This record gives sequence, C-alpha cells and structure tokens, in this order.
Amino acid sequence: MSSIETLQPVPRSDDTSVPPEFTTAHLRHVPRRYYGRWMAAALILLAFAFVIQAFATGQIEWKVVGQFFTAKAILIGLENTIIMTICAMVLGIVLGVLFAIMYMSPNPVLKNVARFYVWFFRGTPLLLQLLLWFNLALIFPTIGIPGWLEARTVDLITPFIATLLGLGINQGAYTAEVVRGGILSVDVGQSEAARSIGMTSLTTLRRIVLPQAMRVIIPPVGNEVISMVKLTSVASVIQYSEILRNAQTIYYANARVMELLIVAAIWYLAVVTVLSIGQHFLERHFSKGHRRARTVMAAPEGGA
Amino acid sequence: MPNVGRGAMVYAVDVEKYFGSFQALKGINLALPRGEVLCIIGPSGSGKSTFLRCINRLERADRGAIWVDGELVGFRRVGDTLHELGDRDLARQRLVCGMVFQRFNLFAHMTTLQNIIEGPITVQKRRRAEVVDEAMSLLERVGLADKRDSYPLELSGGQQQRVAITRALAMRPKLMLFDEPTSALDPELVGEVLAVMHDLAASGMTMIVVTHELGFAREAAHRVAFMDQGSIVEIGSPQEVLTQPRHPRTREFIAAVLS
Repeated sequence: MSSIETLQPVPRSDDTSVPPEFTTAHLRHVPRRYYGRWMAAALILLAFAFVIQAFATGQIEWKVVGQFFTAKAILIGLENTIIMTICAMVLGIVLGVLFAIMYMSPNPVLKNVARFYVWFFRGTPLLLQLLLWFNLALIFPTIGIPGWLEARTVDLITPFIATLLGLGINQGAYTAEVVRGGILSVDVGQSEAARSIGMTSLTTLRRIVLPQAMRVIIPPVGNEVISMVKLTSVASVIQYSEILRNAQTIYYANARVMELLIVAAIWYLAVVTVLSIGQHFLERHFSKGHRRARTVMAAPEGGA
Repeated sequence: MPNVGRGAMVYAVDVEKYFGSFQALKGINLALPRGEVLCIIGPSGSGKSTFLRCINRLERADRGAIWVDGELVGFRRVGDTLHELGDRDLARQRLVCGMVFQRFNLFAHMTTLQNIIEGPITVQKRRRAEVVDEAMSLLERVGLADKRDSYPLELSGGQQQRVAITRALAMRPKLMLFDEPTSALDPELVGEVLAVMHDLAASGMTMIVVTHELGFAREAAHRVAFMDQGSIVEIGSPQEVLTQPRHPRTREFIAAVLS
C-alpha cells in the first residue's frame, strides 16, 4: 500500500527519478508466434496438393469436360434447372405466406388445415412426393370439374408440372414455418401502433409487419433458394430434363461419367455463387433501421 | 368547464373487462368534456391502461359501452342489439383517437419522417407534399426537424416518444390517449416529453393521460382520476384528488409515490 501511495500519479519516461528497472523506452514488443498454426496450415496445403495431383493425373479427360461444358443439352438443362428453381420457389413462397397467415388465424378450421399441410409435406420425403404427383393418373384418370372442364391427368401432369407441384408444395411447408417465425419476431406493439393510426389488419400486415419480418425471413429463404437449385436434380427420376438428367443422358451414350458429372457440378456451383451474392444485397436492403443502428453504436467504440 | 353529456368527447357507461376469470374493469363510468385534460393515476394492475385501450378498441369491453365523439365504439346498434363492427369500421373509428404508447412503438423500419407521414398517406390518402410539409412543421414544434431521416434506434427514448406524439398528431385526432408515456424513459429525458404534452394541453387538445407523474397531473390536468382494482375510486380537480384526497386508498397511493 505505502509504496503505491508514494508513486507519482503519472510517471514520465524522461523522468530521471524513475528507477532504471522501470524505464521502458528501449524495450521491444514481440508478438507471440503460433507454431501450431503454421504446422496445421502446412499439413493441409500438403494434403490439398495431393488431391490436386490426383485429379490432374487421374483418368479424367479435362478436354471432354471443356467440350461438354457448353454443349446444347447441358445449357438447356441449365435453363430448365433455373426456370424450375424460380417457379418452385415462387410457388413455395406464395403458399408459405398463405399458410403462415392461416396458421396464425383465430379460425380453427384454417389453423388446422395449415397445421395438416405443414405436418404432411414436411413429414414425407420429397422424392416420394414427386413420385406421387407424377403417378397421379393412376388414381385420378381425369382431373377437372366433371361435365364442364375435364382433362386426362396423363396429359396434364407433365414432368414439368409434377416437379413444380412436388418441389413448390414441399417448399411451401418449410417456408410457412419460416414466415410464421418472422411474423412472430415483430413486436406486438408495432401492430398496435399501426392499428392506432387507423390501419386495417391487412394494411398493418402489408406495410408494417411483413417488411420487418423480412429481415428474419430473408436469410433462411435465401438458403432455401440455394438448396432448391440442387433439389431440382431429384426431378431427374421423373424425367424432368434438368441439368443432371441431361448430363446422365449424355454419359449413357458416351460413357464419360465423371467428366459430365464434373460439368454439372461446376454449373451448380456457378449458379449458387451468383445467388449467394444476390442474397447478400437483399439482406442489406431489408435490415433497414437495424444495420444503421449497429454501425452508429459501433462507431464510438472504434473512436475510443 | 365545457359541456358534458351528449356533447362529450368520451362517454363511458358501466365498462367491464375480463381477462379469463380476472375482472380488470369493474364498471367504469366517465364523461370527458371536449378540451379537457384528464390524468388517470393508480397502482399498476389497477386497470388504467386497459380502460385507455378500450377507448380506441385495442381491447374490447365485455360489458357496458363507450361513445367517442358521439359514436358508439366497436358496435353498430340496431334496436337493442349491438352488432360487433368489422375490421374496416374499427379502423375508421380509431381515426378519432391518437395514441401514445409506453414503449413508443415507432415503426422500426421507417425513418422519423416516414413514421409520421405513413398514416396520413396510406390511411387517409392525403397528398404527399402537403403531408410532408405538415409533418415537418410538427417536427419543428417538438424540436426534432433535424432528425427527419433518422431511424428510431438512432434516437434517444425521449426523442422517440416525441416522434410518436408527432405521428399521432399528424392524423389530426380529436382526442389524444397517452399510456404511461414517460414510464420507459431515463429520468433525465422525462422533462422533454412532458414539455411537449404541456404544449399540447395548452393548445386545447382533449387528452387522457395514464401517468405516474403527479407533478404533470397537478399542473396540466383539469381533472385527476384515481383507479384501483378496476374501479375509479376518486375523481376531481388536481387540488381535490392530489392534495386533499378523501379516500384512504388514494392517500396511501399518493404518499407511496411521493416518498
């Protein structure tokens, strides 16, 4: 205690009264070296080099990969994959919002229908659902309003329609839960304030609740768009000619299995990369009122 | 005092409200003349906020009836039957009241200006340019014109509450309801909000203020009501209720708040 009390409040480096063992001007700071990290990095790089070498010298005809990369069948498959991703996702989001609102409705019939929908389509495998839609003609030979508008199911349920229904309706069940979570994340006070300025329930939902719920909804839905790109490949089993199925058709003929699978993989990666960038900007847009606050609060910290 | 009765701004008769088996309001009767400022005080859980929320139908009264500006709230009367109104009619009725909440409840995804012009443009379908002009002069009045492009989270509690008052006023209400407007504020920010409310009271606005600020009640209110356990125990001039309360429960409450 007594020694601390006798110290000057602020010792200065040029103060001759400072004892020699406390002078600091000539001292050098050396950051700690992490040898473990260097070792780990070296090992990983080595393993990586082996993999590269294996692929470079393996039985892969890279020329074939390049040759089929922009083949017409592959590009048509790519186009179909993208079209299906968009259509199925739009259907999924529309159904998701609809069933999320039904789920939260005070009407017990609407609520339980929404519950059943989510339970059924989340509870059965997607592949099974696709096969169910595709084979609908086995139980319903014709669809429509009898005597007025009827069509043979086989003509109506093309691979495109079966895939769209399968993927979209399945997606809707997941999106409904995401949307419901997003809506629940918005404080009740927000809708009370909206009603207090004379908004109807629908206007409140559209102008106040959904825009704020989007901040919570966008990241998981973004992930689901990305997984939808890849899920479309499941539709190859019901003859929808997306990219994987077209790649398969080609390698059944020329036996270049790995080369064509690599072509498909690169295209999937390309599409997913573009979508990830888009997701980033979308998230930024919908974090209005939250992102700014974060930077404002962080600023004084950085300055201090 | 202005005219009471049929010309009253708020006329509440035997209002009862239940939450499950708990009776939150045990028959509230109140006539609020136009231009009057009424402060409602009382311990928490006494039903003050519930009554306030019944007036603009954020809560539905289970018994009794409330008339606001001469119109029966929440129901259409056919003979002796009251038919509950739909969403659209309720929304229209709420236009008479402006409401200020304890937790401000500014729209978090909108700037100050957007918060204020949202109602007039979306609900009242007024012209944007005119609404913006009016919003800016209102903001000027509460000293926040420079915050027009700030988001709520960038504002202090006191600033948020002043914006919330402005948002309610932009709808040109005939009656302003304040639900504990200063209870969520840091002590040093209470004054700026009360100052705005003082100005509003002085401008002749009809106001019902649920509050713990006895000082504000003493200075700005025409009448003060003390509520306890779902009833209005005592109502009268600030002098009568705050200085010489007749009821022992009022005395105990005021002593507890002042100590």
